[in-house]
Amino acid sequence: MASATAAAVPFWRAAGMTYITYSNICASIVRSCLKEPYKSETAGREKIHFAVTKWANGKPEKPDIRSDSSAD
Amino acid sequence: MYRHGPRLLTRAIGGGVRRSAAVRAFSTDLAVAPSEDAAFVEAWRKLAPNIDPPKTPFAFMKPRPPTPSSIPSKLTINFVLPYQSEISNKEVDMVIVPATTGQMGVLPGHVATIAELKPGLLYVHEGSEVTKYFVSSGFAFVHANSITDIVAVEAVPVDHIDPSLVQKGLADFTQKLNSATTDFEKAEAQIGIDVHSALNAALSG
Repeated sequence: MASATAAAVPFWRAAGMTYITYSNICASIVRSCLKEPYKSETAGREKIHFAVTKWANGKPEKPDIRSDSSAD
Repeated sequence: MYRHGPRLLTRAIGGGVRRSAAVRAFSTDLAVAPSEDAAFVEAWRKLAPNIDPPKTPFAFMKPRPPTPSSIPSKLTINFVLPYQSEISNKEVDMVIVPATTGQMGVLPGHVATIAELKPGLLYVHEGSEVTKYFVSSGFAFVHANSITDIVAVEAVPVDHIDPSLVQKGLADFTQKLNSATTDFEKAEAQIGIDVHSALNAALSG
């Protein structure tokens, strides 16, 4: 990915990871090393819940709901 | 050629009436943020002189402080996480951030910098007290007006970290690195090792 003249890329970018993925992995590792009760306070932070709705011809199609709560 | 004479002369003397005490302004210097866009207001008044121009968000915000002409005595820091604002507009003496290029100390008057942070310790020095946080990753923006914004995804006080979990995690990820096949898995394992090593160093340092 890095040519001879470009700046050195970090190892995670060379492996195909984006900064956000890297940052989120770091954060979840730090959260996993916490003592109780602090660890249980962070339980909800990693959960994501959003719906993506594509529109065609001025009408919304069926929304694609991404949620961690249903996967629990 | 002589048209530029007076300008060059005042520059050489070191300022001139219009400029502040600094001989030359840096490109990173910040002026006071305007609370309204003068061009927009003027155009509005021409078209609709009887109606007041609408207020934009800038009019409701506190204006950005300008770069002071002399170095201020305190640094103002903002330290934010996605779920809470850890430090907001606090005046401190120094802050040490764990930049990827090494621990960087930021004092008042520091040159404007953007630093990517690596997992490590953030120290906030205020008088004789030092507050330590372990930061997972993020960025530090030092502005020319001695305001520093630090953003991180996760930041915990060092005494919230469990040493036994750190040792176990380090062993786990070292094992994962040995058994990893794809580049992505190797990168993940390497990140795990890096973060756990940093946690270890933070606990013992």
